Amino acid sequence: MYDVLIIGCGIVGAATAFELSKYQLKVGIVERENDVANGTTKANSAIIHAGYDPMPGSLMARLNVRGSALARELCAQLDVPYLPCGSLVLGFSTEDEVLLKELFRRGTQNGVPGLALLTGDEARALEPNLSPAVTAALHAPSAAICSPWEYCLALAETAVRNGAQLHLETAVTGLTPTADGWRVETSRGVLDARYVVNAAGLDAQAVHEMAAPSSFTIHPSRGEYFLLDKSEGDRVGRVIFQCPSRVGKGVLVAPTVHGNLIVGPNAEPVEGDDTATTAGGLAYVRQTALRSVPSVEFRASIRNFAGVRASTDREDFIIEEAAPHFLDLAGICSPGLSAAPAIGEYAVELLGQAGLALERKADFTASRKRVRFRELPPEEKARLVAEQPAYGRVICRCETVTEGEILDALSGPIPPRSVDGVKRRAGAGLGRCQGGFCGPRVLELLAREQGRSPGDIPQDKAGSWLLACETKGGHADV
Amino acid sequence: MYDLIVIGGGPAGLAGACAAWEAGLRRILIVERDRELGGILNQCIHNGFGLHYFKEELTGPEYAGRFIEMLRDTGVEVRLDTMVLEVTDQRKVHMVGKDTGYRVEEAKSILLAMGCRERTRGAIAIPGTRPAGIFTAGAAQRYVNMEGWLPGKRVVILGSGDIGLIMARRMTLEGAKVLACVEVMPYSGGLNRNIVQCLHDYDIPLYLSHTVTDIRGVNRVEQVVVSQVDDRRQPIPGTEMVFDCDTLLLSVGLIPENELTRQAGIAIDPRTNGAVVWENMETSLPGVFASGNVAHVHDLVDFVTAESQRAGTAAARYVLEGEAAEGDALEIVNGDGVSYTVPQHVRPGRVEKACDLFFRVNRVCGPSRIKVTSGDKQIAAFSRDYLAPGEMEHILLPRKLLDGASETLCVSIEEVESE
Ligand SMILES: Cc1cc2nc3c(=O)[nH]c(=O)nc-3n(C[C@H](O)[C@H](O)[C@H](O)COP(=O)(O)OP(=O)(O)OC[C@H]3O[C@@H](n4cnc5c(N)ncnc54)[C@H](O)[C@@H]3O)c2cc1C
Ligand SMILES: Cc1cc2nc3c(=O)[nH]c(=O)nc-3n(C[C@H](O)[C@H](O)[C@H](O)COP(=O)(O)OP(=O)(O)OC[C@H]3O[C@@H](n4cnc5c(N)ncnc54)[C@H](O)[C@@H]3O)c2cc1C
Repeated sequence: MYDVLIIGCGIVGAATAFELSKYQLKVGIVERENDVANGTTKANSAIIHAGYDPMPGSLMARLNVRGSALARELCAQLDVPYLPCGSLVLGFSTEDEVLLKELFRRGTQNGVPGLALLTGDEARALEPNLSPAVTAALHAPSAAICSPWEYCLALAETAVRNGAQLHLETAVTGLTPTADGWRVETSRGVLDARYVVNAAGLDAQAVHEMAAPSSFTIHPSRGEYFLLDKSEGDRVGRVIFQCPSRVGKGVLVAPTVHGNLIVGPNAEPVEGDDTATTAGGLAYVRQTALRSVPSVEFRASIRNFAGVRASTDREDFIIEEAAPHFLDLAGICSPGLSAAPAIGEYAVELLGQAGLALERKADFTASRKRVRFRELPPEEKARLVAEQPAYGRVICRCETVTEGEILDALSGPIPPRSVDGVKRRAGAGLGRCQGGFCGPRVLELLAREQGRSPGDIPQDKAGSWLLACETKGGHADV
Repeated sequence: MYDLIVIGGGPAGLAGACAAWEAGLRRILIVERDRELGGILNQCIHNGFGLHYFKEELTGPEYAGRFIEMLRDTGVEVRLDTMVLEVTDQRKVHMVGKDTGYRVEEAKSILLAMGCRERTRGAIAIPGTRPAGIFTAGAAQRYVNMEGWLPGKRVVILGSGDIGLIMARRMTLEGAKVLACVEVMPYSGGLNRNIVQCLHDYDIPLYLSHTVTDIRGVNRVEQVVVSQVDDRRQPIPGTEMVFDCDTLLLSVGLIPENELTRQAGIAIDPRTNGAVVWENMETSLPGVFASGNVAHVHDLVDFVTAESQRAGTAAARYVLEGEAAEGDALEIVNGDGVSYTVPQHVRPGRVEKACDLFFRVNRVCGPSRIKVTSGDKQIAAFSRDYLAPGEMEHILLPRKLLDGASETLCVSIEEVESE
C-alpha cells in the first residue's frame, strides 16, 4: 500500500515525487514509458520563464514565479545544466509596444524582479543580431534556460534515492475507490494507494475520467522546432521572444544549455500526442524566427522535433482534488516546466489539507553530482583518467562523452533502458551527428553492461527497435 | 617534441605519415581514436579501391592493410583508442585515451587527417515522425559489416551518394528488400559504376528529381512518402508515392570533420567545409597541413592517398628546411560551372614541377573544356567528355604555366558542341 501514488513521470510527476520524498511516506510513481521525461517534458523550449506572461492572481502566475526561483536553487543542488541568461520580448509596432507595457505591468504585479522596457537600440546593444525592425523590448533578467530532461531525471532520481519506487513500462488503466484510497489497475497488475496524484500530461483527462466525472477537455497543441549546431550557439545570448498571443508565447530564438541554438515553436491543434513535424510548420517557424534574428543560419540545423502542449478549455493550470484522495495536476501547459517545483510543493500542501500526514525525514539527501568530462580543466581530466581509465575513452565524439560517463549513467538510480535513455543521462548522441557515430558504441555498452542482446535494445520507447536480425555472418565478400 | 603529429589514422593519415618518414622525419606520431588504423576503409568491405594507386582492385581493409604494412617498416609511433580533443595555435595537441591517459604533446608540424562525417536527417529537415529506423548509410554499413547486424528488412534510400549505392547492394545481398533509391537532383551524386553495379544489377529503381517528404511510424519507420520535385527542388503536390518500409537510409552528403581546425583558428572555406589550403596542403596556420576528407570530400581513396603524400612531404620540408619565404601567391577563383577548388591558393615559387588542382563542377556537363585563365589570359585548357558533380576532377598545372599568371587563376567550364 502506497501512501501516495503518482501517475506519470514527466517534470510534474517528478517534482511532486521529489517533494513527497522529503516526508516519511511510501511514495510510488507509475510511468507508462520505459523512461522518465519521455513525454512533453523532453520536447519543449527549455525556458524557465520569468513570469510576466500569466494573468496576475492565476495559479500559473504564482507557481511560475515561485517555480523559477526554486529552479535556480534546485538546478544547482542537483547538478542540472541551468543558465540565467535573461530574456527579451520584442516589439515591432506600436500595438506591440502597448502589449509590452501590459506585460511589464503584469510582471511587476506577479513579482517578477528586474523587468525593464527598452528601446529597439537598447535591445540591439544587448543583442547585436536582432532585426533592425525591432522598435522596443521587454527585458526580463530572471529568465533562464535549462536541460528539461536532466531536470526531470534529477528530481526523479533524487526521489528514488530517498525511497520513492518507480514503476516503468507500467500504464494505469483503471482506478477504483476503496475504503482507504484507491485500487490502481495497471498493465502490470494492481497497486493500492491511499492518495493518487494525476500527473499524466496529455493523458491527464483520460486518467481524471477514470476517477471522477469529466470536468475539463484537453486540446493538444503541437509546437515544432529546429535545433541548430553549436556554430549557431552564439547567435543570441538571451531568450528572444516575440509578443505572445492567446495560443502561445510565439516563436523564440534561444541558446540552449548544451551550446546549441533552438528555434520554435509554432502552435497547431493536433490529435493526441502527435509529435510529427510538418513542412508547413517548419517553414512557418523559420520565417517567423527570421523576423526577430534575420541572420539565423538554418543550414546548420541538426535536428527537428515537436512537443505537444496539454492545453485545456480552462485558462489556468488545473490543480485540485477532483475526487476524495485524488489530486489532478492537469492542463500543465507552458509555463509548466518553470512552475514544476512549485506545483510539487503546492500538491503536497493540498494533500496535507486532504489529510495526508506530513512528517519530515531526518535523512533526506538533496544533492546529486555527475562527471561532465568535457567541462573539466585539463589537469582534472588527466587526474580522472589516471584514476579511472574509462573516462579516457571518448564514445560520443561530437559532445566528448566518455565511456566512464555512460557507465555512471548505467549505474544510476534509474538505469537507462534505451540508446536515447543514455543520451538523456550522459549526453551521448545529442550533438551534430545525432548519434550516427556513437549509436552503435552506446548500444554495445548497454548490451555488455546489462547482459542484453543488441537486438533487444530500442532506440527510445518500447517498440523502437534498431536492429532486425544478425547478418548472414562472417565477412561477406561483396 | 614530435616532428609531426598526424591526427587520424585513416588512409590520409597513413599516407601522410609514411611520406613524411620517407622525406626524413623521424619523430612522427599518429593519433587515432578508433581501436585500429584504417579509418572508414575498415567498414568498406566491397572492392574497387586502389585502381589508380595499386592498379588492382582491393577491398577497403586490404587497401588500408597495404599502408599499415608500409608503416610497420618505419619508426612511426601510433596511439590507438586515443582522441585528440584540441589543437592549439601553438601546435600543442591535447589527447585522451583509455590506456594512454590525458596528454598534451607538442609538434613542429601537424597533419589534420580527421576525415568526414555524414549529413543527417536534421541537416535536411525531412518532416514527419521521428521513429527508429532512420540511419545514415555509413552507420548502417558499420552495423552490417562490422557489428554483424542488419538494421532493417524493407529499405528506402535517400540520396544517391556512393555509400548509399553500396549499401543498396549490401542490404540486398543480406536479404533485405531495397524498394527505391531517391535523389533530389536530376543526376546521381555517386560514381556511374556504382549506379550500374549496385542499382541496375539488382533492379532497384532510381528516382531522380524526387525526395522524401514525409516519414510515418511512431516507434519504428512504417512508411516514407516520396514526391517529385520541380527545378527549384520543391515537392510537386500530387506526385506522392508511399513506400511501406521499416528503414530509411540517408546518403545525403559528407561533411569534413573540422571542429579541431576551427578551434585552432584555422581559416575554413565554406565551399569545401575544409581548411583553406595552399598548393602543398598547408593551412592558414604555418606548419599545419590538412589532407583527405577533412580538406574536401573525395570519392576515391586513391586521390586521398596522393594528396596526403604531398601533405606529408610538405610537412617534412617545413620541419627540415624551415618556413619558406612567402613569395607571390595566386588566388584560385571559381568560374562558371565550378563549385570549389583545392587548393584555394597557390604559391608558384613553391611548386616544383606541377600543381595538382582538384575541383568539382556544379552541374552535369557533356563534352567540355576546362579553362584556366589569369586575367584575360588563358593559361591552360583541358577537354573532358563528361563532367558530373559526383565525380571529383583533377588537373595538373605545370610550374611554367603558373609563372605566366598573376594574382588570380580562374577555373571554368565551357561546354563544347560535340563533333
Ligand atoms: C512546444 C512546447 C513548448 C514549451 N515550452 C516551455 C517552456 O519553455 N517553459 C516552460 O516552463 N514550459 C514549457 N512548456 C510546457 C512544459 O513542457 C510542460 O508543462 C511540462 O513538460 C509538462 O510536464 P508533465 O509532467 O505534466 O507532462 P509530461 O512530460 O507529458 O509527462 C506525463 C507523463 O505521464 C505518463 N502517462 C500518461 N498516461 C499515463 C498512464 N495512464 N499511466 C502511466 N503513465 C502515464 C506519460 O507517459 C508521460 O511520461 C512547453 C510545452 C510545449 C509543448
Ligand atoms: C561511410 C563512408 C563510406 C565510404 N565508402 C567509400 C567507398 O566505398 N569507396 C571509396 O573509394 N571511398 C569511400 N569513402 C570515401 C572515403 O572516405 C575516402 O576514400 C577515405 O577513406 C578518406 O580517408 P581519410 O583518411 O581522409 O578519412 P577517414 O577514412 O574517415 O579517416 C579519418 C580517421 O581519423 C580519425 N579521427 C577523426 N577525428 C579524430 C580525432 N579527433 N582524434 C583521433 N582520431 C580522429 C577517425 O577515427 C578516422 O579513423 C567512404 C566514406 C565514408 C564516410
